[in-house]
Amino acid sequence: MALLEIQDLHASVDGHEILKGVNLTMNAGEVHSIMGPNGSGKSTLAAVLARRDAYEVTGGRVLFNGKDLLEMDPEEAACEGVFLAFQYPVEIPGIGNAYFLRSAMNAVRKYRGQDELDAMDFLPLYKERMKLLEMDEKFMNRSVNEGFSGGEKKRNEILQLSMLEPKLAILDETDSGLDIDALRIVAQGVNAMRSPDRAFLVITHYQRLLDYIATDFVHVLVDGKIERSGGPELALELEEKGYGQIEADAQQALPA
Amino acid sequence: MKTAAKAMGNERTMATTTPKLEKYFEAYEEVRAHGLEREPVWLQQLREDGWARFSARGFPSTHDEDWRFTNLAALAKTPFRRAAKGEFAVSPAQLAPWRVAGAACQLVFVNGHFAPELSDFGTLPEGLLVCSLAKAIDCGREGCAPEGIEQHLGRHADMSRDVFTALNTALWEDGAYLRIHRGVALEQPIHLLYVSAGVGAEIATHPRTLIIAEDASQAAIIEDYVSLGGEAAFSNAVTELAAGQNAVISHFLVERENLASFNVSTLRIEQSRSANVDSHSILLGGGLVRNNVHPVLNGEGAECLINGLFVGAGRQHGAGGQHIDNYMLVEHARPHCNSRQFYNGILADHARGVFHGRIVVHKDAQKTDAKQTNRNLLLSDNARIDTKPQLEIYADDVKCTHGATIGQIDEAQLFYLRARGIAEADARNFLLYAFAAECLDRMKDSAAREFAEKLIRERLQELVSAVETAAPSVVEEEEKQNWEEVG
Repeated sequence: MALLEIQDLHASVDGHEILKGVNLTMNAGEVHSIMGPNGSGKSTLAAVLARRDAYEVTGGRVLFNGKDLLEMDPEEAACEGVFLAFQYPVEIPGIGNAYFLRSAMNAVRKYRGQDELDAMDFLPLYKERMKLLEMDEKFMNRSVNEGFSGGEKKRNEILQLSMLEPKLAILDETDSGLDIDALRIVAQGVNAMRSPDRAFLVITHYQRLLDYIATDFVHVLVDGKIERSGGPELALELEEKGYGQIEADAQQALPA
Repeated sequence: MKTAAKAMGNERTMATTTPKLEKYFEAYEEVRAHGLEREPVWLQQLREDGWARFSARGFPSTHDEDWRFTNLAALAKTPFRRAAKGEFAVSPAQLAPWRVAGAACQLVFVNGHFAPELSDFGTLPEGLLVCSLAKAIDCGREGCAPEGIEQHLGRHADMSRDVFTALNTALWEDGAYLRIHRGVALEQPIHLLYVSAGVGAEIATHPRTLIIAEDASQAAIIEDYVSLGGEAAFSNAVTELAAGQNAVISHFLVERENLASFNVSTLRIEQSRSANVDSHSILLGGGLVRNNVHPVLNGEGAECLINGLFVGAGRQHGAGGQHIDNYMLVEHARPHCNSRQFYNGILADHARGVFHGRIVVHKDAQKTDAKQTNRNLLLSDNARIDTKPQLEIYADDVKCTHGATIGQIDEAQLFYLRARGIAEADARNFLLYAFAAECLDRMKDSAAREFAEKLIRERLQELVSAVETAAPSVVEEEEKQNWEEVG
């Protein structure tokens, strides 16, 4: 059974149709990349999979581990093993980073029938993972993302990913706005998380991230549909030629 | 013309309130009879003065600018009466849930009367006097008066401006008297527990607290209002806090009475040179609450922090919809003083909140630095906040700022928490708590702060569960709107 099966997915925001029939199948252990021009629906796809309710699904279905993902609340999807690394992580003043993450882990553990972690179980693991992401321990007690730089926010997302150990990790333009050092650290964090039980959906505008994260499949999303799929070589081709040709082909394919 | 209009205004006030003032008059007669026998002349004089002012004006109407957003009709029409000492028995077991862990001592007052058998004096350090104010004055009759009462009692709280202070001055029967001697620093807080407990009776009490903090003393005081049972009660409290030079005092007002109750409290703070006073108001209970905080920075270099959190919920007003009115009057009377006001409000269901932040900078108070911020979260379309800054500046070299915000729970933050697996109700609770915690962060680490934190956590948990079960639709309808600047 595939880990994720997206079938003819249609979704709208404020009455505008953004996704116009997306099909995608992912198996555990695979890394898929979704590339595409601005406004093609990449982030909408990520948000729908994370069950953000501002996005209205108007057709199709999504099975996650054989279960209907579109029936789930965001927290349910998260507990089932879907993780979204946000393109723009939200600042939450007044809630400590470590406290928040431990609460999230315990919510997930509770859902899975596991015992809750106390601070003593949690902290050593948390510190170890922070070290891997070259994050200062001072971030532990700061409010979630408050006053973090862009790179620090993205690293914090990957830190959460590494602690929550999801089955499906969706990285929504995690590379945007990162310098090479930050990009390397983030990619290192992701690579450390690769496993036969886990799949990654890497959404990116640029091929650059794929220099650091080896991808198995590349899909090109244009105007709400996957227009081309291929291996890693497709990313290189796009880097060279841009999205122009694929967009033109998509235009031509439209019924007159 | 002006006089005529004023007379008409008074007439209207009296017409709506006079019939129900009898009970207060009865109480006054009883208190005065006792006073004539046992109280010093200056105090009898104060009472008479208070009664004269109250009976001439009655309860204010919404035509009074200071009461514009708070209608007292329900208070005025309830025939609250005085309770005799010992009329309603309270057992130590009934008080167990209301104690404060880590308090140095606890004074308990039941329906306005001191209850030594329920109080706990702990092991008080040297240099601290804590007792019943009535008792302290009574001792004075026999010539062993604790000094300072006459110089302070009724000398700070302003009867001419506020009829509730006048009413309290006429009718108070007891309250706490605290004197912290020069240079004495107390680590643990002093807990003053004012209990309303009238079984089948609607009781009015007028607790009077006097706190004299001598030069360079340091203490934290928790003034706590609770009710046993569901009967409506009216607590009309006045506290005078005189802080000597370099004194560092934290005052906590905790309101957690039942939703049928009325609570009007006035904290009048008189600060000497370089005195540093924090006032923390934690208003979680009560049906109609008016919280007056009035510091006068009356010595150079004095500093005050006026910090508060009010949380209201419930259905329509009169059926449990809380109404919480905060009236701040910060007076800068001397140069180089510093005041900070921060009030956060959380209002759900049909609750209504008021924040009136008045700053007066007197002519000589140059180099004043005054700041005021009122932030509010409205959790339903029916909740309402009226927030009103009022600056009166008569000096020319001052820094005064004010700001107010009104908003809803941020949907993006809510989604972020849920996307990590945290259930919606818990996520809401997190965000409410984070908002409330701004108020906690301004308290010094202490047993009092831990106590406040516990109360706030419990109240917010209750609020989230109630919103969840009662009206999920209200929450769903929240607009995606962030902070909005209102003035």
